[in-house]
Amino acid sequence: MIFFIALAILGLSILFCVYRAAKGPTPFDRILSISSIGTIMALGIAVHGFAFNRPDFVDIALMYILLNFLGTIAILKFYKMKGKKKV
Amino acid sequence: MNFLIINFFLISILLLTTFYIFKTTSLISIVALTGIFTLVCAAIYVNLDAVDVAFTEAAVGSGISTILMVMAVAKLPEGKKNQLLNLFPSIVLSVSIVIVLMLIIANLPLLGDPNAPIHLHVTPEYIKESKSIFHIPNVVTNILASYRGFDTLGETIVIFTAGLGVIVLLTSNTLNRKTKFKKKVKK
Repeated sequence: MIFFIALAILGLSILFCVYRAAKGPTPFDRILSISSIGTIMALGIAVHGFAFNRPDFVDIALMYILLNFLGTIAILKFYKMKGKKKV
Repeated sequence: MNFLIINFFLISILLLTTFYIFKTTSLISIVALTGIFTLVCAAIYVNLDAVDVAFTEAAVGSGISTILMVMAVAKLPEGKKNQLLNLFPSIVLSVSIVIVLMLIIANLPLLGDPNAPIHLHVTPEYIKESKSIFHIPNVVTNILASYRGFDTLGETIVIFTAGLGVIVLLTSNTLNRKTKFKKKVKK
């Protein structure tokens, strides 16, 4: 039961992050929210594995975090390049 | 029941994200929101017990394709906003596709039904024979590498060609070099 409560809380926090990603006035809000959505999703997959008695899925959660990190780095590099162009 | 609730929640997040992708005008935010979209898709696949598909979706959709799209947006000229074209044809097209898909879903077998046609055609033979023929313990590896070896080779060639095309498109600086050369000549 406790795992399902944890899943519900994680789902609620994903909703807040989606709101920030959609409304965020600056692009950096969006990057932050995407990165946190990835982290929450990885946590959710880990909790989901324990809730449905299949804890082997933790590996996938780890890979999600790595890929999410890559995506965040790519978008941040884009802004770095853009800043150099303007100067 | 819990399974259904989680699926419903994830699909409603997908709808919300799609709505905001539709509404935003800056390209880089659309790329970012698409990243969220594919992550949620991968979570849906995990919930449906298709872990390998979720792995692929996370690696290709959220990892590589976001990076490639960011690189493509970096190549575009700045200051241009995404303009909404005439929406009527696309709305008609998507609504008709949704109707067709709904009609198909009504005729599909249930999720995880052991008597579905796809589980009765060749799968039992694969599970029975593959280990004694090829001596590889993993059935999925047997199917991909032995039964469908030529198919996999063709897929690899297609993906290799697509990767080459993307690299050539995204790393070529020929246009910039030409314009720089013209500027030098004018000076």
